[in-house]
Amino acid sequence: MKTIISEKEINKIIKNLAIKVIKKYKSLSKVGIIGIYTNGVFIAKRLIKEIKNIKNKDLQLGYLDITFYRDDLRFRKEIHQPKETKIDFDVNDKDIILVDDVLYTGRTIRAAIEQVLEIGRPKSISVLVLIDRGLRELPIFAEFVGKEVRTKKNQHIEILLKETGNKEDKVVLYAKKI
Amino acid sequence: MLTKPNKTFNHKHLLELQSLTKEDIELILETAKPFKTVFTRSIKKLPTLRGKSVVLLFYEPSTRTRTSFELAAKRLSADTVSIAVQVSSVQKGESLIDTAKTLESMKADFIVIRHSHSGSPHILAQNVSSSIINAGDGFHEHPTQGLLDIFTIKQKKGKIQGLKVVIVGDILHSRVARSNLWGLTKLSAKVILCGPPTLIPKDIDKIFPQIYIEYNLDKAIKNADVINILRVQFERQLEHLFPSVREYSLLYGMNKERLKNAKSDVLILHPGPMNRGIEITTEVADSLNSVINEQVTNGIAVRMAVLYLLSLNQNL
Repeated sequence: MKTIISEKEINKIIKNLAIKVIKKYKSLSKVGIIGIYTNGVFIAKRLIKEIKNIKNKDLQLGYLDITFYRDDLRFRKEIHQPKETKIDFDVNDKDIILVDDVLYTGRTIRAAIEQVLEIGRPKSISVLVLIDRGLRELPIFAEFVGKEVRTKKNQHIEILLKETGNKEDKVVLYAKKI
Repeated sequence: MLTKPNKTFNHKHLLELQSLTKEDIELILETAKPFKTVFTRSIKKLPTLRGKSVVLLFYEPSTRTRTSFELAAKRLSADTVSIAVQVSSVQKGESLIDTAKTLESMKADFIVIRHSHSGSPHILAQNVSSSIINAGDGFHEHPTQGLLDIFTIKQKKGKIQGLKVVIVGDILHSRVARSNLWGLTKLSAKVILCGPPTLIPKDIDKIFPQIYIEYNLDKAIKNADVINILRVQFERQLEHLFPSVREYSLLYGMNKERLKNAKSDVLILHPGPMNRGIEITTEVADSLNSVINEQVTNGIAVRMAVLYLLSLNQNL
């Protein structure tokens, strides 16, 4: 197992992502952040905190669980305990930013987009991720990418955050056990 | 690695609560929660069971259970067909197994069955490849009603363990009572059964040694957290198990005066359909303590959770 990104670097990446978001949107009050469970929610919270530090503005936050929208439900053996999707703000005419930790095949984002479109009709939807590891299986594109990492299919990448009980934040890369 | 261990639910059918573990029941309750949030959206639909078919086979009358299952399936994007037994081939003498085999040949993924004979869903589960869900069989069980009652209590009280739950009425003929008993005792509630001695099965405390029986309603509901009131089944009066509806109402009807014996925040449940003025007064049914309408809403979420969890095991 190899640590590829340190805590210090993760903080820097999130700060840079916050700056990118601020630059992109003229009116931040029209922006809604939606974190995808589990790590996406924590990254979304950190992003909102950074934006508040810079612009002194609170962005709206929603939570999304994509379990019921997965395309692989019938092929899975184990059960992901689904969590509550909770989006308390009106998504209509908003610029929605979907936040996740890693962008990989694109299937999670596909499911998330479908779910958001069933809740309302946003002005736009874009994607923000901490890491883009490539190897897309669907035509999905992330507008805001913290860091690109070249990986192979037989590797596993994991984001360890303090919020989930880890001692320190880090991103690790290791070979998948088969 | 650091990812949490995933839970498992190794059931293809839901026939009863008796054979489920505490963990199985808790998983169903947890899974029902996110489904409930879908109801407040303008599009109350999830794509989860797209392409699956659910057949509702009801040999006994039902409004809420059948509608609830149908809505649950539809909100998961499954196709549903409801069979009215009165106008089906059953009237020509087709047997239960033959009817089910026909539905299986039509590739029904789920068969939701209600039947007056205890054990009918079990017979289907042994004979067809579809997933079978028991929507009430004879005097045996009505598992999704038990689950939705427990879900409603848990949402309101935050827990089940240690709660004093009184079940009032015709326990002898009630599948709702039996599913409640299995579920509540597995989750360590303190259950008290109350009703006329003729309507409480003898030896029930041998099956459930941890429960209490109290024939006096005022004593039974003292300090109760929850009172689940069963419907008076008028058809039973013919069997002379209680002298008159009027006497039943006097001794076991829930009214405002009587309710004062329970805790002030006691929950009132009733599986429906209610006989207002008999087992429950309108005042109590429409009081702030009553969660009867919420039971109906929660019923859909719980049935969605059951359909979803069973669908994960359909290739077994």
